[in-house]
Amino acid sequence: MTTPLLQMTGIDKAFAGVAALTSASLTIEPGEIHAVIGQNGAGKSTLIKILTGVYRRDAGLIMFAGKPSTISSPREAQDSGISTIYQELTLVPLRSVTENVTLGYEPRIWGGIIDWPRAHARTREILARFGIEIDVRAPLGSYSTAIQQLVAIARAVSLDARLVIMDEPTSSLDDREVEVLFGVVRGLKASGVSVLYVSHFLDELFRICDSVTVMRDGRTVARKAIAETTKLELIADMLGRDIDEIRADGMTELGGGQRDRSGEVLLEAKAAATDRRLHRLDLIVHRGEIVGLAGLLGSGRTEAARAVFGLDRLQKGSVSFKGQAPSDPASAIAAGIGYLTEDRKAEGIVPEMSVRENVTLAVLPKLSRGGRIERGRERALVEAFIKSLGIKTANMDQPIRELSGGNQQKALLARWLATEPELLILDEPTRGVDVGAKLEIQAIIRDYVARGFGVLLISSEFEELVEGADRITVMQDGYSVTELQNPGITENALVKAIAHHHRGQAPA
Amino acid sequence: MGDATTFDLRRYVRGQAQSNAVWLALMALIAFGLLRYDNFGGAYNIVSFLNYNSMFIVISIGMCFVIMTGGIDLSVGSVAAFTSVVAAYLSPWGIEVALPGGILAGIAFGAVNAFVIILMRVPPFIATLATMLAAKGGALVLSGAQTISVDWGSNFTKLGMEKAFGVVPWTIVLVAIVALAAWFVLERTSLGRTVLAIGGGEDASVLMGLEVDRTKAFVYMLSGACAGIAGVFLASGFGAGQPLEGVGWELSAIASVVVGGTLLTGGLGSVPATVAGALLLGLVFNILNFENGRGTISLSAYWQLVVRGGFLFIVILLQNRVSSARAAEDR
Amino acid sequence: MSTRLESASPATASPATARALRQLRRHGGLVALLVLVLVNIAITPNFLQLQTLFVNISQVATIAIVAIGMTLVIATGGIDLSVGAVMALAGALAPLIFLSPFGVAYPALGLVAAFTLPLLAAMACGLFNGFMVSVLRVQPIIATLILFISGRGIAQVLTNGNLQTFSNPSFSYLGTGRILGLPFQGWLALALAGLVYWLVTRTLFGRYLLAIGGNERAARLSGVPVRRVKFGAYVICAGLAGIAGLIVVAINSASDAGRNGNLMELDAIAAAVVGGALLQGGRAPIFGAVLGAVIIQLVKYTLLANGVEDEVALIAKAFIIVVAVYLQAGRRE
Repeated sequence: MTTPLLQMTGIDKAFAGVAALTSASLTIEPGEIHAVIGQNGAGKSTLIKILTGVYRRDAGLIMFAGKPSTISSPREAQDSGISTIYQELTLVPLRSVTENVTLGYEPRIWGGIIDWPRAHARTREILARFGIEIDVRAPLGSYSTAIQQLVAIARAVSLDARLVIMDEPTSSLDDREVEVLFGVVRGLKASGVSVLYVSHFLDELFRICDSVTVMRDGRTVARKAIAETTKLELIADMLGRDIDEIRADGMTELGGGQRDRSGEVLLEAKAAATDRRLHRLDLIVHRGEIVGLAGLLGSGRTEAARAVFGLDRLQKGSVSFKGQAPSDPASAIAAGIGYLTEDRKAEGIVPEMSVRENVTLAVLPKLSRGGRIERGRERALVEAFIKSLGIKTANMDQPIRELSGGNQQKALLARWLATEPELLILDEPTRGVDVGAKLEIQAIIRDYVARGFGVLLISSEFEELVEGADRITVMQDGYSVTELQNPGITENALVKAIAHHHRGQAPA
Repeated sequence: MGDATTFDLRRYVRGQAQSNAVWLALMALIAFGLLRYDNFGGAYNIVSFLNYNSMFIVISIGMCFVIMTGGIDLSVGSVAAFTSVVAAYLSPWGIEVALPGGILAGIAFGAVNAFVIILMRVPPFIATLATMLAAKGGALVLSGAQTISVDWGSNFTKLGMEKAFGVVPWTIVLVAIVALAAWFVLERTSLGRTVLAIGGGEDASVLMGLEVDRTKAFVYMLSGACAGIAGVFLASGFGAGQPLEGVGWELSAIASVVVGGTLLTGGLGSVPATVAGALLLGLVFNILNFENGRGTISLSAYWQLVVRGGFLFIVILLQNRVSSARAAEDR
Repeated sequence: MSTRLESASPATASPATARALRQLRRHGGLVALLVLVLVNIAITPNFLQLQTLFVNISQVATIAIVAIGMTLVIATGGIDLSVGAVMALAGALAPLIFLSPFGVAYPALGLVAAFTLPLLAAMACGLFNGFMVSVLRVQPIIATLILFISGRGIAQVLTNGNLQTFSNPSFSYLGTGRILGLPFQGWLALALAGLVYWLVTRTLFGRYLLAIGGNERAARLSGVPVRRVKFGAYVICAGLAGIAGLIVVAINSASDAGRNGNLMELDAIAAAVVGGALLQGGRAPIFGAVLGAVIIQLVKYTLLANGVEDEVALIAKAFIIVVAVYLQAGRRE
């Protein structure tokens, strides 16, 4: 075997005393396409950011191209041959395509002056390799997210890299663009460049990667050749579960398809469209059922939730909740809708506030008289929820930021349950929480539905949807394209429904 | 994530339209002035107008760079006052010493701003507010709270009071050089592009491997240098270092930059449009003076502040429509 | 569990330094106050005299009152640069009203109007700021810069730049009155601090205020009326600045629109920050702001009483602001 291009061993990293990586390792051979997978929070991004000099490691050794790496900034990483395409678009939308591709590496004359004609020409040439022909002088922001993604990749590839890191590169690409990307990746491999490929889409790995590293809870738990493993095996490694156990029983506590669904219609959306990538949403939720919303990232699931909650104004169509149409969050809450958002940190918790204050944030108007908060009632309410949901906190006045992800999530669930909503919209309710908390949260949801309320469940985890939802509405490119009924939904059927192009409804 | 992209386009296009709007408004005001007042187009008015506004133009150029990175520099007025005192003290050695000396003093304050903002991670407006105080205090201490008369024997006052080849005042020549250099740096150098990239997305710029900290240090020192030049102009044009001047200059500069179509959130901006913005603001007062002279209105000096604030308000209203994308992004 | 951690900031200080910084932050204000008092006892002549106390209380009251309002605005993640100008405006209006023919003819009514109208004008300024910030979504620094400059201009236009002197004992009580031997405005500042403290800790408004500063998006999604609460914060801040403006005029029995409240925004921001307010928002330590005001005033007094020039005091103040913000900058990490 040759010397590996990259060898990271014993990497430790802690943020504010909490371990994010514990003795993690990663090895990549020259000319290899290597995948890193793991659930949210497994430490993939942290590991990459340590490699590229964004974070400093607490311990461990990094060997790159046979030498100990001293990279301490993204710039140094680029200059020593490691290019990164981050998950979040790291480009500047207001600036031109050329600037975005060449920034920091502009062709110059007389040592300092940018040679714009040559910069434009070079950019055109690089993009042509991706089969993209666009006006490189136009601001990047005027192009679609997919083009922007490809421009980011073009930038990374153009920097004479020996290792290209791609963090979820396909999450916003359509099938054709994914093929273009795969072509580029194979081309890189052919020219001897290694690719570190991070993706949630396991199918992609089997199509494009040579080997895979699995991470869980900040540790590297497995490194395998793709040819010698199976999807189920990888999932088992990621979840830290026994593979036979997964085969044998279901993995969720939601109990989809077992409920009586004679309840009245609670929510109905007809051809609803917003100017936020929701083009046509048809959706019905009855009392006493869980309706799943499935689709790839960017398919419009979250946008559908926002439309229902009155966050985005409808451009066309209608949303009716018990005959009303919420126009903003406050009126949606008053009408009886709760919305547990996808991004717990950015849209959920108020980190500086206590658990108590976070739990009662949405229900405060009901807990106050004449503008004054009735503290006794507040404490009693929070006490009850901490007990019934099993929120692990020292006391209700502990700052919520000190809680674990699962307990934060339970507290946010309590925030909405406290408002006694009749419809709960749950956007990735179990993402980034440990397995135990996940099952507890699912149990809470099940009990809630059993009381005759409705749930709209958005999830990227197919098991959660397949086993939890009574019906699943599938979304694609901002359109609700089909609906599946439980019992009878299988994971395969769902994957097919998501992947299949539904002609006639969703334009290409 | 990518949802904002469609808005960015609209924002950009409108931004472009607006930088043209500055020129249109400038033309319109000039035409108005020419038609309404006899002496408006006269050499005396033009030269004294440009001469007086040279200080504001040069400060606005520095401010433009700071704002393009998404920052702000509130210290420019006090720094100019400080450097005017420095220049006055240096005036016996002539302009060859006083001008570089003043600029260096300005850069020193800019370096302090950069240090506090970049290394101590203090928000720009707090840091520069503090420097504003420090420069003001420094100017008063240095001058003993007196105006410092310059040395009339040296060539120092020529800068502010005489003309190059008897035609154009030296200040205007110098401002033109600064503006051209700034324009060139912004449009044609990696440094200038980095300035814009930082304003467009600081985190993205870091991850793209750009020299974010160094570039930010550059803009604050540039702004300090520009304030330094303005301070030298002040001392040279009025024959004295004036520790109490400079109040509200930062506001004029911000207004000029904003009028020139630079987004307050950074990422978009232009040097010529900023100069046009400064001229436009100056013209408003020029025209008010003419009206005062004709007796159609009679405004005390105090109205200047009110008008200035009102002007900033209107500009913000206009720009708000441009960047209404922010409202849409607000979740 | 570790999603939270992945996006945590990369910068981490060593544990020992971090602990020392934390301690300094938590008790820094009180320590600073203690040090200041001890230094003054040691070096300032006649420091331990009642007269010194009176002078300082009457000075600190205005800073504290404005700082309380500033704390509310900072708690939303905003800033209000216009407080000094609002003081000038309110202060200019009061004598105009009771010196007007109407005020002279009906002294009692004139006095009432001289208190209420300036406060209403101040609150209108707050409405304007609130409108700019919460409806037009202009950055608070820029939004309040407008009144920072033109508010004082309006005050000067109204008074034509003249110093207005007057003799009106009832009005001057605001600045010169005594209760239990201590200056009236000191009691007023304490009462206002208590009231606002109650507002912050016990009411819907207060909880919403902190939620907005802590996480505006989460607050909006939880049905918090973000606009209204921000309006409230700016209006209260401007109203308090108005009261401070009246006090200054009452103390001097004269109104000088050019000087009233000059640079007060700096004192108020410094006091709020020294008192523990986070510039990012989410915290509103009201009595901390009062403590901060006391510290700022004592620093000023110390320098002044020991013959240090005013100008140097400016530099000292700049230093305090930067150090205070620097110390709290690491707090979120």
